[in-house]
Amino acid sequence: MSQQLPPKKPRSTKKLVRNIAIAIAIVILYLWTFLSINVDFARVAERFSSNYDRVVPQLISPNWERGPEVIEMMIETIFIAYVGSLAAAIIAVPLGFLAAFNMTYNKMLSTFGKWILSGVRAFPEIILAILFVVAVGPTPFAGILAIAIGSTGMLGKLYAEVLESIDMNVVEAMQANGANKVQIMFHGIIPQVIPEFLSYAIYRFEIDVRASTILGYVGAGGIGTMIFFAQSNRNWSDMGMILLVIIIVVTLIDYASTYIRKRIV
Amino acid sequence: MIEFKDLSLVYPNGHQGLKDVNVTIEDGEFVVIVGLSGAGKSTFIRSINRLVTPTAGELRVDSDNILDYKGRGLRSLRTKVGMIFQSYNLVKRNSVFKNVLAGRLGHTGTFRSVFNLFNKDDKALAYESLKRVNIGEKIYNRADELSGGQQQRVSIARVLTQKPKYILADEPVASLDPPTSHQVMKYLRKINKEDGITTIVNLHFIDMAMEYADRIIGMRDGEVVFDGPVSEVSEKTFEEIYGRSIREEDMRGGAEEDVESHA
Amino acid sequence: MSNPMHKPSLTEDQYAPMLSPWRAKAKITMIFFVIIMFLLFSSWRTGVDLAELTRGFGNMTQITDKLFPMNMSILGPAVGRLFETIHMAIIASTFSTLVVIPVSLLAANNITTNWFVYNITRFIMNVLRTIPDVVLAVIFVGLFGIGVFGGIVALFVFSLGILAKLISETVESADMQPVEAMRASGANTIQAIAYGIVPQVLPQFTSFSLYVFEINIRASVVIGLVGAGGIGQLLMNQFSFNNYGAVMTIIAIIFVVVVIIEYISGKIREAII
Repeated sequence: MSQQLPPKKPRSTKKLVRNIAIAIAIVILYLWTFLSINVDFARVAERFSSNYDRVVPQLISPNWERGPEVIEMMIETIFIAYVGSLAAAIIAVPLGFLAAFNMTYNKMLSTFGKWILSGVRAFPEIILAILFVVAVGPTPFAGILAIAIGSTGMLGKLYAEVLESIDMNVVEAMQANGANKVQIMFHGIIPQVIPEFLSYAIYRFEIDVRASTILGYVGAGGIGTMIFFAQSNRNWSDMGMILLVIIIVVTLIDYASTYIRKRIV
Repeated sequence: MIEFKDLSLVYPNGHQGLKDVNVTIEDGEFVVIVGLSGAGKSTFIRSINRLVTPTAGELRVDSDNILDYKGRGLRSLRTKVGMIFQSYNLVKRNSVFKNVLAGRLGHTGTFRSVFNLFNKDDKALAYESLKRVNIGEKIYNRADELSGGQQQRVSIARVLTQKPKYILADEPVASLDPPTSHQVMKYLRKINKEDGITTIVNLHFIDMAMEYADRIIGMRDGEVVFDGPVSEVSEKTFEEIYGRSIREEDMRGGAEEDVESHA
Repeated sequence: MSNPMHKPSLTEDQYAPMLSPWRAKAKITMIFFVIIMFLLFSSWRTGVDLAELTRGFGNMTQITDKLFPMNMSILGPAVGRLFETIHMAIIASTFSTLVVIPVSLLAANNITTNWFVYNITRFIMNVLRTIPDVVLAVIFVGLFGIGVFGGIVALFVFSLGILAKLISETVESADMQPVEAMRASGANTIQAIAYGIVPQVLPQFTSFSLYVFEINIRASVVIGLVGAGGIGQLLMNQFSFNNYGAVMTIIAIIFVVVVIIEYISGKIREAII
C-alpha cells in the first residue's frame, strides 16, 4: 500500500491570528515582568545566610511558655470570625434575593445587586480591616466588621446562585393556590434553599477563621496582634508557637466544617 | 506462538482466576474465548500482555517465558501485543488522529512523544489504519463526537498503528448494538486474514463466536473446559461450557442484517 | 397489605399530623440555642455589644472626614508599586504552576500507588494550606529581608498549596481507561501520563492557574503590608503615618485593579472550559 500522509488539518486564519495574538501578549507580559522586577539577588543571598540561623531553628522550636496566651488570642480570633460570618450569613440573605434574577424578575435590580456583591468581594479582608480601624479604632470590633462585610460579598453571590437554581414549579404551584408573596417565600423558597445556605455559611466561617488570624496585624484584634509583635521583636520562637496553633486550629475547624456540611446537604 | 503451560493465577483476595491452563495458540489463528462472566476469560487475555501476572506455571510468547518480564522487556512485549477494550479506552477530548497515533508510543522515544514529534511514516501509518476501518474522514474530529461503533473502530485503528503480532480483544462488542457488533467483528476478522495477525477475542455471545471464530476455547471457573475448532462445536458444547441451558441473552442476533458491505 | 379486621385506634390518624416531628423540632431549637449562646459569649469576649455597635456606627460617620479628601499626590508612586505587585503575582503563579505538575501527580492516588509518598505529599500540602498568606510572608520576609523576593517566595508557597489540592483532585477524577490502553500498547509511565492524563486535565489546569493568579493578585497586595514589597507595603507605610487620605487613594487603586483583573481572568476561564 502506498504511503499517504493524512490531509492537513483545516485551520481557520481567524484562529491562527488569535493564537498568535495570545502568544505575543504572553511574551510581552513576561518580558515586562522579568525586565522590570527588581530583585537584588546578592543582597537576598546575604540576608538569607545571616538570617537563616536566627529564624529557622527558632521557628521549629516553639516557645511553649507562650502557649496559653497564644491559645487565648486564637480563641478571640475564632470569636471574631464567628460573629463576623454569622452577621454576614444574615446580611447576605436580602442581598442574595436582590441579586437572584428569578426572585425579582427585574434585570436592572439583579444586575445592580450582583455589582454590589462583586464590588464588596474585590476588597481583601485586611484592607477592609484597615478602613474599619480608621473608622472605629483598633479593636476586635473593626475586625468583626471587616469579616462581616468581606463575607457578605461571597455569601450573597453564592446565595443568589442557589436561589437561581431552585425549582420554580413549586413557587408557581403556590401562586396558583393563591398564596401571597410572604407565604411563598416561607413555604416555597426558604425550605428549598436552607441546607445550601447553611452549608455555605459554615464554609465561609472556615475561610473567615483563616482570614481573621491576620487582621490583628493592622490592629483589628485576634492573634494577628501577636504576629505583629513577634515580627517587630524578631521573636521567632513566639512565631513558631503562633504558627503551630494556627495550623492545628485551622485544620480542626476544616475537619469539623466538612463533617457538618456533609451531614447537612 | 503463545503457549500456556500449567498456568494458574490467584488474585490477592484469594480468588482463583486461572487454574492449570494448558493451551497453545498458533500464529495466524482467530480464537474466540467463551464463558460466563467471571469464568476467567478476561484474566486469560490479560495474562498474555501481563496486565495481570499469573502466579504459577509458564506463559511463552514466541518461546520466551513472559512471566519474568519487567520494565523495558515488558514494554517491548506489549508493543507486539495490541489490545482492544470493551469501553474503547480512548482519550475523549483528543482528536481521532492523536488517539490513533498513541498506538506508536511503544515505538517512539519518550522525549519525542511528549513533544508530539511523530515522524512522517507514523502519521501515514495512522491515517492508513483509519482508512482501513473506513473512518479516515473523521481524522480531526474529537473522539467523544463519535458513536460507540466508530469509537471502537478508532481503537482498532490504534491497534493497527501499533503494528502488533497479536491482537487481544476483551469483550469488544459488549457495549455495542447488534449491527455495529457484527461490523466490528468483521473488521477484526478481515485484519486477521489480511495481515495474518493472531487474534484472541473474548465474547459471551454464542452466535457471534460461531460465526467468526476458527477455534473456540470454553472457560468455566478459571479452567479450560473446551478447546477445539468451530466445526466440533454444537449447542451441547455451549451448554457444557456454561453449565446451564442456553438462553436468549447468550445470543447477539442481527447477523443477517448485513449493514455495511465494505467489510 | 391491609388487614380488613384492623380498626384504627384513637392514637392513629385521628389527629392532624405535626408538620415536623417533635424530635426534629427539638434539634432545631437546640442548634438555634447553641448558635445564640455562642454569639452572646463571643460578643462578650470580644467586647462587642449592642452599645458598642451603635457607638461604632456613630464613629463610622467620621470615616469620611478622615479618609477624604483623597490624597492624589500618592498616585504616581502608587502605580509604580502596583506594577511591582502584579509582577510578583505573575512570577509566583508561573513558578507554582510549573512546580505543581510533579507535586500534584505525587498527590494523586491513581498515579502514585506508593502509600507513603502519596500520604506524605498530601500531608505537607494540607499543612501549607492552613497557613495564611500574611504569616508566610512574615516568615519569608524574615528570612530574605524586606522586599519583593520574600513576597514572591511566600506567594509561591501559598499558591502551591491551593493548586496542588485542586489539580491532584482533577487528576484523580481523570478517566484511567486510556492509560490502561496505553500501558497495554507498551507505553512507559511518562508517555501514558502525557497521552492519557494530560489532555484530560489540561483545560482545568489552565483554568485553575488563572484562578490562582487572581488569588495571588489579592494576596500580593495583602502581603505587602508585612514588608513583602508592592503596593501593600506603600499602603502600610501611609497607614502607620496616619496619612488616611493617601490610604484611601491606594485602596481605591487596589479596588479598581482587582476588579479589572478578575473580570479579564474570569472571561478567559469561561472561554477555556
